[in-house]
Amino acid sequence: MKIHEYQAKELFRAFGIPVPRGRVAVSGAEAEAVASELGGERWVVKAQIHAGGRGKGGGVRIARSLEEVGRATSELLSTRLITAQTGSEGRQIRRVLVEEAVTIDRELYVGMLVDPGSGRPVLIVSHAGGMEIEEVARSTPERIRREVIDPYLGVRAFQTRRISAWLGLGADSAGAFGAILRNLFRLFCQEDCSLVEINPLVVTDTAALVAIDAKVTFDDNALFKHKEHASLRDIDEEDPLEAEASRHNVNYIKLDGTIGCMVNGAGLAMATMDLIKLVGGEPANFLDVGGAASAQSVEQAFRILLGDPKVKAILVNIFGGIVRCDRVAQGIIEAAARVSVSVPVVIRLEGTNAQEARRMLEASGFSCVVATGLAEAARRAVALAG
Amino acid sequence: MSILVGEHTRVVVQGITGKEGSFHARACREYGTKIVAGVTPGKGGQTHEGIPVFDTVEEAARKEGANTSLIFVPPPFAADAILEAAEAGLELVVCITEGIPVLEMVMVHYALRGRPVRLIGPNCPGVISPGKAKVGIMPGFIHAQGSIGVLSRSGTLTYEAVKQLTDAGLGQSTCVGIGGDPVIGSRFVDLLPLFAEDPQTEAVLLIGEIGGSAEEEAAELVKNGYPKPVISFVAGKTAPPGRRMGHAGAIIMAGRGTAEEKRRAMERAGIVVCESAAELGRCVAQTVRGAA
Repeated sequence: MKIHEYQAKELFRAFGIPVPRGRVAVSGAEAEAVASELGGERWVVKAQIHAGGRGKGGGVRIARSLEEVGRATSELLSTRLITAQTGSEGRQIRRVLVEEAVTIDRELYVGMLVDPGSGRPVLIVSHAGGMEIEEVARSTPERIRREVIDPYLGVRAFQTRRISAWLGLGADSAGAFGAILRNLFRLFCQEDCSLVEINPLVVTDTAALVAIDAKVTFDDNALFKHKEHASLRDIDEEDPLEAEASRHNVNYIKLDGTIGCMVNGAGLAMATMDLIKLVGGEPANFLDVGGAASAQSVEQAFRILLGDPKVKAILVNIFGGIVRCDRVAQGIIEAAARVSVSVPVVIRLEGTNAQEARRMLEASGFSCVVATGLAEAARRAVALAG
Repeated sequence: MSILVGEHTRVVVQGITGKEGSFHARACREYGTKIVAGVTPGKGGQTHEGIPVFDTVEEAARKEGANTSLIFVPPPFAADAILEAAEAGLELVVCITEGIPVLEMVMVHYALRGRPVRLIGPNCPGVISPGKAKVGIMPGFIHAQGSIGVLSRSGTLTYEAVKQLTDAGLGQSTCVGIGGDPVIGSRFVDLLPLFAEDPQTEAVLLIGEIGGSAEEEAAELVKNGYPKPVISFVAGKTAPPGRRMGHAGAIIMAGRGTAEEKRRAMERAGIVVCESAAELGRCVAQTVRGAA
């Protein structure tokens, strides 16, 4: 689960990671009031959306007067911000974070996630703060350092010392830097995060360290341990179709293509999308109806796929293992009767009682193409989508 | 032979009285697996469909000679269930449970270091040695006994692959679903050496997906000398970065773990990379029969 920068910075404060003074605002007037309260001569106004790439997309403004703070805020609140991560439709800005501006000497990157290789948390540190870490990893991997953390010992002093030395931090910053890394690890563990990023962590002109940006993603599997995290969720930031899907335990991610996919199992769902691409089509989504593919989840899945106006054809690919294909077919027939499916549907069922299931579909009167092979199914769906 | 499970396997099912545990304990027994005990704390002394139920794994191991655990315990208690099974001295622990917090698995992974126990999963379909033992939730009937070893990060995609193998006349020695979570007990590199030494296995089909670096590590191992042909498939070419594709482990993070990177690493190692999920059976058949 993702949260906003301003929420992540509240967590940073609580865990002793220094952030600029500031507050969230939902109107130009409120933003001016915040700036006036903060005092000073320069402020930063930052659009609060979950997607990254806000700086490049024009979502971060520097203001040199209270009027400018108000104007920048009003402009941001009346636009949809398009960044590398939002897609072409962009994202509506509903609030901004107004902060005191900081004089930057150096920009660093610090992140933490669980490293599948070692099965432990890993600190990722880079000289190249303020840039997309993906880009740094591609172009200058030598500017990134990884430090695996022992989950019981935590971040040790020798580790922060050697990272500081590698970064070339002066003695005046190294102590504060070590504290930030230790606090970051504490936050990561206590709040059950899957990712914490500070990009950039800046060294100011007075050698102080400040987290200019903050990104925190919670581990979805651990949300049951943190009831308080529910209040940090922002439904407006989620794709409405994706949010609807998650309410019905259907795992759906919207993409940009024209062929809606309904598959049971995440791996098979990805493989089906790849196959559509391989035979010349574009998948409209990732959709996993769950291993059991019950009648209700199939019905919901149809509703979700049909809610995407770009979908020109639907490919259903179910491997019936424990769940029998004839039961799945029955579910599809019932769901189709209730939903009134308006685009061509190709169905491929394989596994337990698959032949029986195909006969049922053909006899049902539901107008669909029943395919036997996986490749055939993908090709027919692509042809029908035009 | 085969690996991990076989005629010697004696299973205790943790969470046997739950809906899933009960259903799959029955399915495994019908396949011919020796299900010797169940564990549900507080229900010790009862029997469940003729299977004795104990309060602790230790008791199940001592009284019924269980050497393998199959876990269906709900996510908040599953990490503890794994540790209990390890502590009881079992050789193999297969955890089916989906949704265990990743940091709990970090601690379990740490605690199991250097112990004589092997963990498969969590969030996996389990292990089957066709014709011998099924310790998991996969449909038994699509499998056939044979010489292909299968390692996979997914569930239904594995069934798809196995069905294609069986249809192509290629049986399997053992199929292992290693799980879709970021931190799992056994990775490709832990299991590839077992297939290398297994006389029944002639070739290995490795089914990966985006996220993490398991496929790259497997490629490195094969590159340094592997005695049998390896064929692979990586799901998720069309997946966008930063989005979790169902499995918690299937996410392209900080620029790492793309399908393209994995494909390149594997091809460099001499692994045959199959491009289409519809061609898995044919791809393996060509490699194996071409070599013969």
